[in-house]
Amino acid sequence: MEALLNQFFNLDIMARALPLVLTGLKQTLLLCIVVIPLGLAGGLLVALLSLVPWRVFRWATILAIDFFRAVPPLVLLIFVYSGLPFAGIRLTPLAAVAVAFLLNNSSYYGEVYRAGIESVGRGQWDAARSTGLTLTQTLRNVVLPQAIRNVLPDLISNTVEVVKLTSLASVIALPELLYSADMARSLTFNTSPIVLAAGFYLLMLWPLVRLVSRLERRIAS
Amino acid sequence: MTGPILDIRGLRKSFGHVEVLRGIDLAVKPQELVFIIGPSGSGKSTLLRCCNRLEEPNAGTILVDGVDLMDRRTNINAMRRHIGMVFQSFNLYPHLSALSNVSLALRKVVKKSRAEAEALALTALERVGLREKAKSYPSELSGGQQQRVAIARALALEPTIMLFDEPTSALDPELVGSVLGVMRELKQDGMTMLVVSHEMRFARDAADRVIFMDHGLIVEEAPPSQIFTSPREPRTRTFIAELTR
Ligand SMILES: Nc1ncnc2c1ncn2[C@@H]1O[C@H](COP(=O)(O)OP(=O)(O)OP(=O)(O)O)[C@@H](O)[C@H]1O
Ligand SMILES: [Mg+2]
Repeated sequence: MEALLNQFFNLDIMARALPLVLTGLKQTLLLCIVVIPLGLAGGLLVALLSLVPWRVFRWATILAIDFFRAVPPLVLLIFVYSGLPFAGIRLTPLAAVAVAFLLNNSSYYGEVYRAGIESVGRGQWDAARSTGLTLTQTLRNVVLPQAIRNVLPDLISNTVEVVKLTSLASVIALPELLYSADMARSLTFNTSPIVLAAGFYLLMLWPLVRLVSRLERRIAS
Repeated sequence: MTGPILDIRGLRKSFGHVEVLRGIDLAVKPQELVFIIGPSGSGKSTLLRCCNRLEEPNAGTILVDGVDLMDRRTNINAMRRHIGMVFQSFNLYPHLSALSNVSLALRKVVKKSRAEAEALALTALERVGLREKAKSYPSELSGGQQQRVAIARALALEPTIMLFDEPTSALDPELVGSVLGVMRELKQDGMTMLVVSHEMRFARDAADRVIFMDHGLIVEEAPPSQIFTSPREPRTRTFIAELTR
Protein backbone atom coordinates (compact mmCIF):
# COMPACT_ATOMS: atom_id res chain seq x y z
CA MET A 1 0.00 0.00 0.00
CA GLU A 2 2.76 2.31 1.02
CA ALA A 3 4.67 1.47 -2.14
CA LEU A 4 1.60 2.10 -4.28
CA LEU A 5 1.00 5.52 -2.72
CA ASN A 6 4.66 6.32 -3.10
CA GLN A 7 4.73 5.33 -6.77
CA PHE A 8 1.49 7.00 -7.90
CA PHE A 9 0.51 9.65 -5.38
CA ASN A 10 3.84 11.02 -4.18
CA LEU A 11 3.06 14.64 -3.34
CA ASP A 12 6.73 15.58 -3.09
CA ILE A 13 7.39 14.42 -6.60
CA MET A 14 4.22 16.04 -7.86
CA ALA A 15 5.32 19.35 -6.41
CA ARG A 16 8.71 19.02 -8.04
CA ALA A 17 7.19 18.05 -11.39
CA LEU A 18 4.56 20.75 -11.26
CA PRO A 19 6.48 23.51 -13.15
CA LEU A 20 7.28 21.14 -16.00
CA VAL A 21 3.75 19.74 -16.10
CA LEU A 22 2.34 23.27 -16.09
CA THR A 23 4.37 24.25 -19.16
CA GLY A 24 2.94 21.11 -20.76
CA LEU A 25 -0.56 22.15 -19.74
CA LYS A 26 0.04 25.52 -21.38
CA GLN A 27 1.05 23.81 -24.62
CA THR A 28 -2.02 21.58 -24.47
CA LEU A 29 -4.27 24.61 -23.93
CA LEU A 30 -2.58 26.36 -26.84
CA LEU A 31 -3.15 23.28 -29.01
CA CYS A 32 -6.82 23.26 -28.03
CA ILE A 33 -7.23 26.93 -28.84
CA VAL A 34 -5.82 26.30 -32.32
CA VAL A 35 -7.30 22.91 -33.06
CA ILE A 36 -10.86 23.18 -31.78
CA PRO A 37 -11.92 26.34 -33.65
CA LEU A 38 -10.22 25.01 -36.79
CA GLY A 39 -12.12 21.75 -36.48
CA LEU A 40 -15.43 23.49 -35.80
CA ALA A 41 -14.98 25.78 -38.80
CA GLY A 42 -13.62 23.06 -41.08
CA GLY A 43 -16.43 20.74 -40.08
CA LEU A 44 -19.05 23.34 -40.91
CA LEU A 45 -17.46 23.87 -44.30
CA VAL A 46 -17.41 20.12 -44.95
CA ALA A 47 -21.06 19.80 -43.92
CA LEU A 48 -22.07 22.65 -46.24
CA LEU A 49 -20.06 21.15 -49.10
CA SER A 50 -21.81 17.82 -48.68
CA LEU A 51 -25.12 19.65 -49.18
CA VAL A 52 -24.16 21.05 -52.59
CA PRO A 53 -26.64 19.65 -55.10
CA TRP A 54 -23.88 18.95 -57.61
CA ARG A 55 -23.48 15.18 -57.44
CA VAL A 56 -19.79 14.75 -58.33
CA PHE A 57 -18.91 17.42 -55.84
CA ARG A 58 -20.91 15.81 -53.08
CA TRP A 59 -19.36 12.42 -53.72
CA ALA A 60 -15.88 13.90 -53.58
CA THR A 61 -16.67 15.44 -50.20
CA ILE A 62 -18.11 12.19 -48.86
CA LEU A 63 -15.07 10.28 -50.12
CA ALA A 64 -12.71 12.71 -48.39
CA ILE A 65 -14.70 12.50 -45.16
CA ASP A 66 -14.59 8.70 -45.22
CA PHE A 67 -10.88 8.69 -45.95
CA PHE A 68 -9.91 10.99 -43.11
CA ARG A 69 -12.17 9.19 -40.71
CA ALA A 70 -10.67 5.83 -41.61
CA VAL A 71 -7.01 6.87 -41.34
CA PRO A 72 -5.80 6.74 -37.71
CA PRO A 73 -5.06 10.31 -36.57
CA LEU A 74 -1.63 9.22 -35.37
CA VAL A 75 -0.72 7.99 -38.84
CA LEU A 76 -2.02 11.22 -40.31
CA LEU A 77 0.05 13.28 -37.88
CA ILE A 78 3.25 11.37 -38.54
CA PHE A 79 2.65 11.60 -42.25
CA VAL A 80 2.09 15.36 -42.12
CA TYR A 81 5.10 15.96 -39.90
CA SER A 82 7.62 13.48 -41.30
CA GLY A 83 6.26 12.72 -44.75
CA LEU A 84 5.52 16.17 -46.12
CA PRO A 85 9.15 17.38 -45.83
CA PHE A 86 9.91 14.95 -48.68
CA ALA A 87 7.47 16.98 -50.76
CA GLY A 88 9.33 20.12 -49.73
CA ILE A 89 6.80 21.15 -47.09
CA ARG A 90 8.35 21.44 -43.66
CA LEU A 91 5.99 22.31 -40.81
CA THR A 92 6.65 23.21 -37.20
CA PRO A 93 5.24 20.64 -34.76
CA LEU A 94 2.37 23.00 -33.90
CA ALA A 95 1.52 23.57 -37.56
CA ALA A 96 1.73 19.85 -38.26
CA VAL A 97 -0.72 19.11 -35.47
CA ALA A 98 -2.99 21.88 -36.72
CA VAL A 99 -3.03 20.46 -40.25
CA ALA A 100 -3.44 16.81 -39.24
CA PHE A 101 -6.18 17.67 -36.76
CA LEU A 102 -7.94 19.92 -39.25
CA LEU A 103 -8.14 17.03 -41.72
CA ASN A 104 -9.24 14.53 -39.12
CA ASN A 105 -11.54 16.71 -37.01
CA SER A 106 -13.29 18.41 -39.89
CA SER A 107 -14.55 15.02 -40.98
CA TYR A 108 -15.92 14.18 -37.57
CA TYR A 109 -17.34 17.60 -36.82
CA GLY A 110 -18.66 17.68 -40.39
CA GLU A 111 -20.69 14.52 -39.85
CA VAL A 112 -22.12 15.95 -36.64
CA TYR A 113 -23.16 19.19 -38.34
CA ARG A 114 -24.59 17.23 -41.25
CA ALA A 115 -26.76 15.17 -38.92
CA GLY A 116 -27.85 18.44 -37.32
CA ILE A 117 -28.76 20.05 -40.63
CA GLU A 118 -30.67 16.96 -41.67
CA SER A 119 -32.59 17.04 -38.38
CA VAL A 120 -34.14 20.36 -39.43
CA GLY A 121 -37.23 19.61 -41.45
CA ARG A 122 -37.96 20.70 -44.99
CA GLY A 123 -40.79 22.85 -43.68
CA GLN A 124 -38.27 25.24 -42.12
CA TRP A 125 -36.55 25.71 -45.47
CA ASP A 126 -39.90 26.15 -47.20
CA ALA A 127 -41.06 28.76 -44.72
CA ALA A 128 -37.83 30.74 -44.87
CA ARG A 129 -37.48 30.63 -48.64
CA SER A 130 -41.17 31.53 -49.10
CA THR A 131 -40.54 34.81 -47.29
CA GLY A 132 -37.70 35.64 -49.68
CA LEU A 133 -34.71 34.66 -47.57
CA THR A 134 -31.79 33.49 -49.71
CA LEU A 135 -30.15 30.12 -49.29
CA THR A 136 -27.37 31.53 -47.13
CA GLN A 137 -29.73 33.68 -45.08
CA THR A 138 -31.89 30.61 -44.48
CA LEU A 139 -28.90 28.58 -43.38
CA ARG A 140 -27.55 31.29 -41.14
CA ASN A 141 -30.74 32.46 -39.48
CA VAL A 142 -33.05 29.46 -39.55
CA VAL A 143 -31.38 26.12 -40.21
CA LEU A 144 -27.96 26.29 -38.54
CA PRO A 145 -29.13 27.68 -35.18
CA GLN A 146 -31.55 24.77 -34.89
CA ALA A 147 -29.10 22.25 -36.32
CA ILE A 148 -26.39 23.23 -33.86
CA ARG A 149 -28.77 23.21 -30.95
CA ASN A 150 -29.96 19.73 -31.92
CA VAL A 151 -26.43 18.29 -32.00
CA LEU A 152 -24.80 20.39 -29.30
CA PRO A 153 -24.15 17.35 -27.06
CA ASP A 154 -22.42 15.58 -29.96
CA LEU A 155 -20.37 18.66 -30.79
CA ILE A 156 -19.17 18.87 -27.19
CA SER A 157 -18.52 15.12 -26.93
CA ASN A 158 -16.47 15.36 -30.07
CA THR A 159 -14.56 18.27 -28.59
CA VAL A 160 -13.76 16.17 -25.52
CA GLU A 161 -12.28 13.54 -27.83
CA VAL A 162 -10.27 16.21 -29.62
CA VAL A 163 -8.78 17.46 -26.35
CA LYS A 164 -7.78 13.92 -25.44
CA LEU A 165 -6.27 13.40 -28.89
CA THR A 166 -3.98 16.41 -28.48
CA SER A 167 -1.72 14.07 -26.47
CA LEU A 168 -0.81 12.54 -29.84
CA ALA A 169 1.34 15.61 -30.40
CA SER A 170 3.85 14.01 -28.00
CA VAL A 171 4.96 11.62 -30.75
CA ILE A 172 6.35 14.52 -32.76
CA ALA A 173 8.06 15.86 -29.63
CA LEU A 174 5.67 18.72 -29.05
CA PRO A 175 5.93 19.16 -25.27
CA GLU A 176 2.24 19.10 -24.39
CA LEU A 177 0.78 17.91 -21.10
CA LEU A 178 1.33 14.18 -21.45
CA TYR A 179 4.78 14.60 -23.01
CA SER A 180 5.94 16.84 -20.14
CA ALA A 181 4.49 14.56 -17.50
CA ASP A 182 6.18 11.58 -19.10
CA MET A 183 9.45 13.46 -19.15
CA ALA A 184 9.06 14.16 -15.43
CA ARG A 185 8.28 10.49 -14.92
CA SER A 186 11.49 9.38 -16.60
CA LEU A 187 13.49 11.93 -14.61
CA THR A 188 12.06 10.90 -11.25
CA PHE A 189 11.45 7.21 -11.93
CA ASN A 190 8.04 7.79 -10.41
CA THR A 191 4.54 7.67 -11.96
CA SER A 192 3.08 10.48 -9.87
CA PRO A 193 3.61 13.17 -12.59
CA ILE A 194 1.39 11.13 -14.92
CA VAL A 195 -1.28 11.02 -12.24
CA LEU A 196 -0.90 14.78 -11.91
CA ALA A 197 -1.38 15.17 -15.66
CA ALA A 198 -4.42 12.90 -15.53
CA GLY A 199 -5.79 15.22 -12.85
CA PHE A 200 -5.44 18.19 -15.18
CA TYR A 201 -7.18 16.35 -18.03
CA LEU A 202 -9.98 15.49 -15.64
CA LEU A 203 -10.22 19.08 -14.49
CA MET A 204 -10.51 20.30 -18.10
CA LEU A 205 -12.89 17.66 -19.37
CA TRP A 206 -15.13 16.81 -16.48
CA PRO A 207 -17.20 20.03 -16.78
CA LEU A 208 -17.67 19.34 -20.49
CA VAL A 209 -18.73 15.76 -19.85
CA ARG A 210 -21.22 16.94 -17.22
CA LEU A 211 -22.54 19.54 -19.63
CA VAL A 212 -23.14 16.85 -22.24
CA SER A 213 -25.19 14.75 -19.82
CA ARG A 214 -27.24 17.74 -18.80
CA LEU A 215 -27.90 18.79 -22.38
CA GLU A 216 -28.81 15.24 -23.34
CA ARG A 217 -31.23 15.03 -20.48
CA ARG A 218 -32.79 18.34 -21.47
CA ILE A 219 -33.17 17.26 -25.08
CA ALA A 220 -34.69 13.96 -24.01
CA SER A 221 -37.33 15.69 -21.88
CA MET B 1 -59.67 47.22 -65.26
CA THR B 2 -56.56 45.65 -63.83
CA GLY B 3 -55.26 42.26 -64.85
CA PRO B 4 -55.11 39.19 -62.65
CA ILE B 5 -52.77 39.13 -59.66
CA LEU B 6 -51.84 35.55 -60.43
CA ASP B 7 -51.92 34.22 -63.95
CA ILE B 8 -50.86 30.63 -64.55
CA ARG B 9 -50.77 29.14 -68.03
CA GLY B 10 -49.96 25.64 -69.17
CA LEU B 11 -48.24 24.74 -65.90
CA ARG B 12 -46.66 21.31 -65.86
CA LYS B 13 -44.65 19.62 -63.14
CA SER B 14 -43.22 16.12 -62.94
CA PHE B 15 -41.50 14.28 -60.13
CA GLY B 16 -39.30 11.76 -61.91
CA HIS B 17 -41.55 10.07 -64.43
CA VAL B 18 -44.78 11.02 -62.71
CA GLU B 19 -46.50 14.07 -64.07
CA VAL B 20 -48.21 15.67 -61.10
CA LEU B 21 -49.46 18.83 -62.82
CA ARG B 22 -50.56 18.25 -66.39
CA GLY B 23 -51.32 21.67 -67.79
CA ILE B 24 -52.94 24.04 -65.33
CA ASP B 25 -54.49 27.34 -66.40
CA LEU B 26 -55.63 29.53 -63.57
CA ALA B 27 -56.10 33.25 -63.08
CA VAL B 28 -56.84 34.92 -59.77
CA LYS B 29 -58.21 38.45 -59.91
CA PRO B 30 -57.44 41.16 -57.35
CA GLN B 31 -59.27 40.61 -54.08
CA GLU B 32 -60.57 37.26 -55.23
CA LEU B 33 -60.58 34.23 -52.96
CA VAL B 34 -60.14 31.08 -54.99
CA PHE B 35 -60.64 27.78 -53.26
CA ILE B 36 -59.03 24.56 -54.41
CA ILE B 37 -60.39 21.16 -53.48
CA GLY B 38 -59.46 17.72 -54.70
CA PRO B 39 -58.47 14.24 -53.62
CA SER B 40 -55.15 13.53 -51.93
CA GLY B 41 -52.33 13.43 -54.43
CA SER B 42 -54.19 15.45 -57.05
CA GLY B 43 -51.44 18.07 -57.05
CA LYS B 44 -52.95 20.87 -54.96
CA SER B 45 -49.88 21.46 -52.81
CA THR B 46 -47.60 21.17 -55.81
CA LEU B 47 -49.63 23.80 -57.64
CA LEU B 48 -49.31 26.19 -54.71
CA ARG B 49 -45.60 25.48 -54.34
CA CYS B 50 -45.06 26.25 -58.01
CA CYS B 51 -46.67 29.67 -57.52
CA ASN B 52 -43.59 30.87 -55.62
CA ARG B 53 -41.21 28.39 -57.22
CA LEU B 54 -40.56 26.41 -54.07
CA GLU B 55 -41.14 23.73 -56.65
CA GLU B 56 -39.56 24.28 -60.05
CA PRO B 57 -42.18 23.92 -62.83
CA ASN B 58 -41.23 21.94 -65.93
CA ALA B 59 -43.30 24.05 -68.29
CA GLY B 60 -45.71 26.94 -68.36
CA THR B 61 -45.75 30.55 -67.32
CA ILE B 62 -46.59 32.11 -64.01
CA LEU B 63 -47.23 35.84 -63.79
CA VAL B 64 -47.55 37.49 -60.41
CA ASP B 65 -48.75 41.06 -60.62
CA GLY B 66 -47.57 41.01 -64.23
CA VAL B 67 -44.05 39.80 -63.40
CA ASP B 68 -42.96 36.60 -65.10
CA LEU B 69 -41.71 34.31 -62.33
CA MET B 70 -40.06 31.97 -64.81
CA ASP B 71 -38.01 34.73 -66.41
CA ARG B 72 -34.31 34.36 -65.63
CA ARG B 73 -34.04 38.07 -64.97
CA THR B 74 -36.72 37.99 -62.28
CA ASN B 75 -35.29 38.13 -58.77
CA ILE B 76 -37.26 35.30 -57.24
CA ASN B 77 -36.37 36.19 -53.66
CA ALA B 78 -37.61 39.73 -54.15
CA MET B 79 -40.85 38.38 -55.65
CA ARG B 80 -41.45 35.80 -52.95
CA ARG B 81 -41.98 38.39 -50.28
CA HIS B 82 -45.03 39.49 -52.25
CA ILE B 83 -46.38 35.94 -52.37
CA GLY B 84 -47.32 35.02 -48.82
CA MET B 85 -47.47 31.32 -48.03
CA VAL B 86 -49.10 29.54 -45.12
CA PHE B 87 -48.44 25.86 -44.53
CA GLN B 88 -50.44 23.03 -43.04
CA SER B 89 -47.78 22.44 -40.38
CA PHE B 90 -47.24 26.17 -39.59
CA ASN B 91 -43.45 25.85 -39.94
CA LEU B 92 -42.73 28.55 -37.40
CA TYR B 93 -39.06 28.85 -36.45
CA PRO B 94 -38.98 27.12 -33.05
CA HIS B 95 -35.83 28.91 -31.87
CA LEU B 96 -37.31 32.37 -32.36
CA SER B 97 -40.04 34.27 -30.55
CA ALA B 98 -43.27 35.09 -32.35
CA LEU B 99 -41.98 38.61 -32.88
CA SER B 100 -38.70 37.41 -34.39
CA ASN B 101 -40.53 34.88 -36.53
CA VAL B 102 -42.47 37.75 -38.07
CA SER B 103 -39.65 40.29 -38.22
CA LEU B 104 -36.87 38.06 -39.61
CA ALA B 105 -37.67 38.53 -43.30
CA LEU B 106 -38.48 42.20 -42.74
CA ARG B 107 -34.93 42.66 -41.56
CA LYS B 108 -33.10 40.33 -43.93
CA VAL B 109 -35.16 40.67 -47.10
CA VAL B 110 -36.75 44.10 -46.85
CA LYS B 111 -33.66 45.42 -45.04
CA LYS B 112 -35.57 47.26 -42.32
CA SER B 113 -33.78 48.27 -39.16
CA ARG B 114 -34.48 46.12 -36.13
CA ALA B 115 -36.74 48.77 -34.58
CA GLU B 116 -38.71 49.29 -37.77
CA ALA B 117 -39.02 45.57 -38.42
CA GLU B 118 -40.27 44.93 -34.92
CA ALA B 119 -42.82 47.72 -35.12
CA LEU B 120 -44.16 46.30 -38.37
CA ALA B 121 -44.12 42.80 -36.91
CA LEU B 122 -46.16 43.97 -33.93
CA THR B 123 -48.71 45.52 -36.26
CA ALA B 124 -48.95 42.23 -38.16
CA LEU B 125 -49.36 40.28 -34.92
CA GLU B 126 -52.05 42.75 -33.91
CA ARG B 127 -53.96 41.97 -37.11
CA VAL B 128 -54.11 38.30 -36.17
CA GLY B 129 -55.00 39.16 -32.58
CA LEU B 130 -51.73 38.05 -31.03
CA ARG B 131 -49.93 41.23 -30.15
CA GLU B 132 -49.66 40.16 -26.53
CA LYS B 133 -47.97 36.90 -27.57
CA ALA B 134 -45.07 38.67 -29.30
CA LYS B 135 -42.51 37.39 -26.79
CA SER B 136 -43.81 33.82 -26.73
CA TYR B 137 -41.99 30.98 -28.44
CA PRO B 138 -43.88 28.67 -30.81
CA SER B 139 -43.78 25.83 -28.28
CA GLU B 140 -45.70 28.05 -25.86
CA LEU B 141 -48.53 28.67 -28.33
CA SER B 142 -51.53 26.58 -29.29
CA GLY B 143 -51.77 25.27 -32.84
CA GLY B 144 -54.29 27.93 -33.74
CA GLN B 145 -52.05 30.66 -32.34
CA GLN B 146 -49.04 29.25 -34.16
CA GLN B 147 -50.89 29.29 -37.43
CA ARG B 148 -51.95 32.89 -36.84
CA VAL B 149 -48.34 33.87 -36.18
CA ALA B 150 -47.45 32.13 -39.45
CA ILE B 151 -50.13 34.20 -41.18
CA ALA B 152 -48.69 37.35 -39.57
CA ARG B 153 -45.23 36.35 -40.80
CA ALA B 154 -46.48 36.32 -44.39
CA LEU B 155 -48.72 39.34 -43.90
CA ALA B 156 -45.97 41.56 -42.52
CA LEU B 157 -44.22 41.46 -45.90
CA GLU B 158 -47.24 43.10 -47.53
CA PRO B 159 -48.00 40.33 -50.00
CA THR B 160 -50.09 40.96 -53.09
CA ILE B 161 -51.43 37.41 -52.86
CA MET B 162 -51.51 34.81 -50.14
CA LEU B 163 -51.35 31.06 -50.66
CA PHE B 164 -52.82 28.79 -47.99
CA ASP B 165 -52.10 25.07 -48.06
CA GLU B 166 -54.60 23.34 -45.79
CA PRO B 167 -54.09 25.92 -43.05
CA THR B 168 -56.50 24.25 -40.63
CA SER B 169 -55.98 20.53 -41.28
CA ALA B 170 -53.44 20.12 -38.50
CA LEU B 171 -55.60 21.89 -35.92
CA ASP B 172 -57.88 20.55 -33.24
CA PRO B 173 -61.48 21.28 -34.29
CA GLU B 174 -61.99 23.89 -31.57
CA LEU B 175 -59.01 25.93 -32.85
CA VAL B 176 -60.03 25.97 -36.52
CA GLY B 177 -62.43 28.87 -36.04
CA SER B 178 -59.80 31.37 -34.91
CA VAL B 179 -57.69 30.78 -38.01
CA LEU B 180 -60.66 30.91 -40.36
CA GLY B 181 -61.71 34.11 -38.61
CA VAL B 182 -58.39 35.72 -39.46
CA MET B 183 -58.69 34.55 -43.06
CA ARG B 184 -62.19 35.97 -43.27
CA GLU B 185 -60.90 39.34 -42.09
CA LEU B 186 -58.12 39.24 -44.66
CA LYS B 187 -60.73 38.64 -47.33
CA GLN B 188 -62.75 41.59 -46.07
CA ASP B 189 -59.64 43.76 -46.15
CA GLY B 190 -59.30 42.92 -49.82
CA MET B 191 -56.48 40.35 -49.79
CA THR B 192 -56.17 38.16 -52.85
CA MET B 193 -56.10 34.54 -51.74
CA LEU B 194 -55.59 31.06 -53.14
CA VAL B 195 -56.68 28.51 -50.59
CA VAL B 196 -56.36 24.74 -50.56
CA SER B 197 -58.73 23.48 -47.90
CA HIS B 198 -61.62 21.21 -47.24
CA GLU B 199 -63.45 23.59 -44.92
CA MET B 200 -66.63 23.55 -46.97
CA ARG B 201 -68.52 25.97 -44.80
CA PHE B 202 -65.76 28.51 -45.07
CA ALA B 203 -65.68 28.00 -48.84
CA ARG B 204 -69.43 28.53 -49.02
CA ASP B 205 -69.41 31.91 -47.37
CA ALA B 206 -65.98 33.30 -48.26
CA ALA B 207 -64.87 31.86 -51.61
CA ASP B 208 -65.58 33.56 -54.90
CA ARG B 209 -64.76 30.46 -56.89
CA VAL B 210 -64.09 26.82 -56.12
CA ILE B 211 -61.77 24.73 -58.25
CA PHE B 212 -61.87 20.97 -58.24
CA MET B 213 -58.57 19.31 -59.14
CA ASP B 214 -57.94 15.69 -59.93
CA HIS B 215 -54.86 13.95 -61.30
CA GLY B 216 -53.03 17.18 -62.00
CA LEU B 217 -55.82 18.85 -63.93
CA ILE B 218 -58.55 21.33 -63.16
CA VAL B 219 -61.70 19.31 -63.64
CA GLU B 220 -64.28 21.90 -62.82
CA GLU B 221 -64.60 25.40 -61.51
CA ALA B 222 -67.70 27.19 -60.30
CA PRO B 223 -69.04 29.48 -57.61
CA PRO B 224 -69.29 27.65 -54.28
CA SER B 225 -73.09 27.64 -54.26
CA GLN B 226 -73.08 25.78 -57.53
CA ILE B 227 -70.21 23.36 -57.11
CA PHE B 228 -71.35 22.06 -53.74
CA THR B 229 -75.01 21.64 -54.67
CA SER B 230 -74.98 20.75 -58.34
CA PRO B 231 -71.51 19.81 -59.59
CA ARG B 232 -71.33 19.27 -63.32
CA GLU B 233 -68.66 16.59 -63.54
CA PRO B 234 -69.23 13.09 -62.15
CA ARG B 235 -65.79 13.09 -60.51
CA THR B 236 -66.58 16.32 -58.70
CA ARG B 237 -69.90 14.89 -57.61
CA THR B 238 -68.29 11.76 -56.18
CA PHE B 239 -65.65 13.80 -54.34
CA ILE B 240 -68.14 16.22 -52.82
CA ALA B 241 -70.45 13.39 -51.84
CA GLU B 242 -67.50 11.85 -49.98
CA LEU B 243 -66.67 15.13 -48.27
CA THR B 244 -70.17 15.88 -47.09
CA ARG B 245 -70.92 12.35 -45.98
N1 LIG C 1 -40.96 16.29 -53.61
C1 LIG C 1 -41.66 15.29 -54.20
N2 LIG C 1 -41.01 14.25 -54.77
C2 LIG C 1 -41.69 13.28 -55.37
N3 LIG C 1 -43.02 13.21 -55.47
C3 LIG C 1 -43.74 14.21 -54.92
C4 LIG C 1 -43.08 15.30 -54.26
N4 LIG C 1 -44.05 16.13 -53.81
C5 LIG C 1 -45.22 15.59 -54.17
N5 LIG C 1 -45.04 14.44 -54.85
C6 LIG C 1 -46.11 13.59 -55.43
O1 LIG C 1 -46.91 14.42 -56.24
C7 LIG C 1 -48.27 14.06 -56.14
C8 LIG C 1 -49.08 15.28 -55.79
O2 LIG C 1 -48.71 15.72 -54.50
P1 LIG C 1 -49.37 16.96 -53.79
O3 LIG C 1 -48.74 17.07 -52.46
O4 LIG C 1 -49.32 18.12 -54.69
O5 LIG C 1 -50.88 16.48 -53.64
P2 LIG C 1 -52.03 17.15 -52.80
O6 LIG C 1 -53.18 17.31 -53.74
O7 LIG C 1 -51.55 18.35 -52.10
O8 LIG C 1 -52.38 16.00 -51.77
P3 LIG C 1 -52.84 16.11 -50.25
O9 LIG C 1 -54.31 16.41 -50.26
O10 LIG C 1 -52.58 14.75 -49.70
O11 LIG C 1 -52.03 17.17 -49.61
C9 LIG C 1 -48.35 12.97 -55.10
O12 LIG C 1 -48.47 11.74 -55.78
C10 LIG C 1 -47.05 13.06 -54.37
O13 LIG C 1 -46.64 11.78 -53.96
MG1 LIG D 1 -51.20 18.82 -50.06
